Amino acid sequence: MSEFGQEKSRKEASMAHAYTPGLKVKRFTIVSKMRRLPIPGEVLVEKGDTVTHDQVVARTQVPGEIHLINVANALGVDPEEIPQFMLKKLKDSVAKNEVIAKRSSFFGLFKSFVYAPSDGTIELISEVTGQIALREPFVPVEITAYIPGKVVHVMPREGVTIRTPAALVQGIFGVGGEAHANLKMTASTPDEVLTPEKINPSCEGKVLVGGSLVTGEALAKAVKTGVKGIVVGGVEDEDLIKFLGYEIGVAITGQEEIGTTLIITEGFGRMKMPHRTFDLLKSFDGREASINGATQIRAGVIRPEIVIALKDTEVKGLVEEAEETGGGMAPGTPIRVIREPYFGAIGHVASLPVELQVVETESDVRVVEIELEDGRRVVVPRANVEIIEE
Amino acid sequence: MRLAKFRERRGTTSQRQTKKPEEFEIMLVTDVGSTTTKARLFRKKSNEYRFVSSGEAPTTVEAPFEDVTRGVRNAVREVEELTGLRLLEEEGIVWPRRASGDGVDLYATTSSAGGGLQMMVAGVVKTMTAESAERAALGAGAIVMDVIAIDDGRMPHQKIERIRTLRPDMILLAGGTDGGTITHVAEITELIAAAEPKARLGIGYELPIVYAGNKDARAPISKTLEDKFALKIVDNIRPVLELENTDPARDAIHELFMEHVMSHAPGYDKLMKWTDVPIMPTPAGEGRMFRTLAELRKVNVIGVGLGGATTNVYSIYDGKFVRTVSANLGMSYSICNVLKEATIGNIMRWVPFDIEPVVVRNRLRNKMIRPTTIPQTLEELMVEHAVAREALRLGFEHHKQLARGLRGVQRVRTMGEIFEQSAEEETYIDMMRVDFLAGTGGLLSHAPRRAQSALLLMDGFQPDGLTKLAQDSVFMMPHLGVLSTVHPQAALEIFEKDCLVRLGTCIAPRGTLEKGGNALSFKVEAEGSVVEENVAFGSIRVVPLESGKTAKLVLSPVKDLDVGRGPGHGLETTVEGGVVGLIFDCRGRPLSIPVDPAARRQKLLEWFQAMSAYPENVYERIRSGEVKEGS
Repeated sequence: MSEFGQEKSRKEASMAHAYTPGLKVKRFTIVSKMRRLPIPGEVLVEKGDTVTHDQVVARTQVPGEIHLINVANALGVDPEEIPQFMLKKLKDSVAKNEVIAKRSSFFGLFKSFVYAPSDGTIELISEVTGQIALREPFVPVEITAYIPGKVVHVMPREGVTIRTPAALVQGIFGVGGEAHANLKMTASTPDEVLTPEKINPSCEGKVLVGGSLVTGEALAKAVKTGVKGIVVGGVEDEDLIKFLGYEIGVAITGQEEIGTTLIITEGFGRMKMPHRTFDLLKSFDGREASINGATQIRAGVIRPEIVIALKDTEVKGLVEEAEETGGGMAPGTPIRVIREPYFGAIGHVASLPVELQVVETESDVRVVEIELEDGRRVVVPRANVEIIEE
Repeated sequence: MRLAKFRERRGTTSQRQTKKPEEFEIMLVTDVGSTTTKARLFRKKSNEYRFVSSGEAPTTVEAPFEDVTRGVRNAVREVEELTGLRLLEEEGIVWPRRASGDGVDLYATTSSAGGGLQMMVAGVVKTMTAESAERAALGAGAIVMDVIAIDDGRMPHQKIERIRTLRPDMILLAGGTDGGTITHVAEITELIAAAEPKARLGIGYELPIVYAGNKDARAPISKTLEDKFALKIVDNIRPVLELENTDPARDAIHELFMEHVMSHAPGYDKLMKWTDVPIMPTPAGEGRMFRTLAELRKVNVIGVGLGGATTNVYSIYDGKFVRTVSANLGMSYSICNVLKEATIGNIMRWVPFDIEPVVVRNRLRNKMIRPTTIPQTLEELMVEHAVAREALRLGFEHHKQLARGLRGVQRVRTMGEIFEQSAEEETYIDMMRVDFLAGTGGLLSHAPRRAQSALLLMDGFQPDGLTKLAQDSVFMMPHLGVLSTVHPQAALEIFEKDCLVRLGTCIAPRGTLEKGGNALSFKVEAEGSVVEENVAFGSIRVVPLESGKTAKLVLSPVKDLDVGRGPGHGLETTVEGGVVGLIFDCRGRPLSIPVDPAARRQKLLEWFQAMSAYPENVYERIRSGEVKEGS
């Protein structure tokens, strides 16, 4: 290779900045939610309006199902002949079972009919294929506010943005969609496991906050009991597969219809929820929360969330917590390790060596020296830690 | 030519750039990947073009940034820091180069951010026009989300429902041979029109459709589609059954990719103003360089790009170029899809230490949700390598399904073919006739030891006979691919000197020996020294032979094993070395791994050790049982 050397280049290539996913755990922040229709429609609220979580803010009508019917085949005629047998014209409305095409032969002795399979409108009459297309009536779609708050922006015909002061916890992964319910603590410490015994009828309609793990049995019982959501540190992959009935290949979730919403804050396996997250949720025990398990790690980075809207009186005098910058590690910064061999360990930055260091795999990487909670000093690639906000 | 045409269309001719490509001295190319944006700087020195420096930064296509140029700036800033050159200014890249010496003569980029180019493909018959359309879309660098055909086994309403929910960037529609019936292609067109699919990016813009079917159907198809879509008509992809003509469709896809898709992705409107070279999908850039390798050496090549989200496999075999992309087989975002498709059992067969499958499962899930983390321990690295082998194997299996002869063509079969039931149903790729196997992508390029990449390629593809192994040095194949559209000579020089790392030659006899024993004997003569040995069946032996050196090789396999001249036949030839050397892979083809866990682990360690794939001390640690579950 050139004077610049391949090995040097390989080192350079591995110098990528550490990327912290930037999960938010905030006692007070401003949450804005864009509520957008899939296709243009009607916005039902105005800028400045105060909305509740289940209030419909916009609605539209999506085109109905389409039926393709081969009229030429059904009548036994050539495609180009079908217009003369059609009883309905393009854009005509039809009712279910109404005759839409008819052919008489042998002086009316034999008749063949084509009936409408549903209500709808004729959208196509093709003389090339002999097909017609019948579109079912439009289907209404409504979007609710999801979080209570104030409408701060209206996108005409598309949707709105709602804003509220809130406490916000982002999880790392979730399944199940939007829900709204009161929080209920089921653990007194963040390393407790959420087992079926802890789920009783009082959990119905609640969002349960557990500790380090939810077991497969507890998930099943939660659904049976009518629990609206579960927030815990971790879940075993095998339990999640059993719970869903299938294995997730790519992390794009939120559409699952599983009877509850599950949010994990740390990862797969038994994972102690950090004190900060646990204490924050505990301080809102019994309060209303909007939750969403939707996760999309690629293209969009959507993380699951727990939003607890705050009243104006509660936020008086509070200062909004600063946004994470994604960098900003310095000696003393509290961090969490997010990869083996110290996965889940919490500590603070002891030093940030400038030079690349060779780790056990023999890769040259940028590292951080950490003093762990138990006093040990360990060296970890910077890519394998995330900052804990305090 | 391509550049001149593009400049003309964009009206940028001579507005900013007046130099001819041969006068370029400093060239900057970026690849905006799904995870990372990689900048590479190339420079002319002593009359030759060389790779100089690289910089990397997280891609910023997503919230909260939603502007790819920020990631590009960060990556280029690293290059600035490393070289001392001034490359950035408020408006973007400093280009063209100033009299002060600041800036570059050329800036170009490839992109796969935000999911790359996602296409839906439609044709009449699944195994004929639809398959040709799929090959054309894949060849253009697209991810094919679904292939719709009249005979794909789904009811019309199911197809409509599927088309509606897909939200592709573009549709390629083919069907019928020129002069043939137009009914079926009209039928599939009506299906698309009825479904009214919406584009993935940008609300309210017309979804582009490329029509490359029966030319006689153009009028009715225009009538059905032109009000609802941005329709572009090109020459038929299968003008006659015996011919596949994918180039016009591919060119149209590239043009629409720039004009419609890229201009709606976050920040690309800005990025497009930074360069006057069309932005190319990353796989299209990669594919160009694998093709270059095949053309330069006049050999059959299989290439692979193992990325974070996808695995792209390329074959240039007897002059035919085929690319496939396995959209959800990758080493970061899609790692759990590899787990799902390969199954945990197949991944575990490559793990050389005792660990519970449930622990591996959880670890892979944790990589999926934190995709930018890297292995710190050797055991973690070995688990990632186990997944990589399966991603390569599955990616290649997928590839072989498309790398096959045109179907539906009537031809006279020999009696042998009739009895073998093979012909066009199977791939035409014969691993014995593949001369070059080359890899690129983060995991392969950044593997701490080159022997690891060599072993991953061998295990994932299982080459037969004599196959040269190579890899991309620091991941710059896409960069060189787009550079070659403007300055082919520079791209070639850099490719040969700085990009292509020769790993060595793999010598793998085809066949198996039930009872084991000696597999072959070899004699290697290089620079006066002679190595003569027997290799036992089930083992690997490496003979060092430096990159750029050749050796005379005499091979004598036992009677059931074939090194290219038929079972039991020996051969004499000249072989090329590499950073690993000559690898005598006598593990058998197909490769068999012991079923018993302890025996399997033992065998894997033997193979890894023979390749010097990992540091020596790890083998003892594993054998002594020090490395166990959760360690």
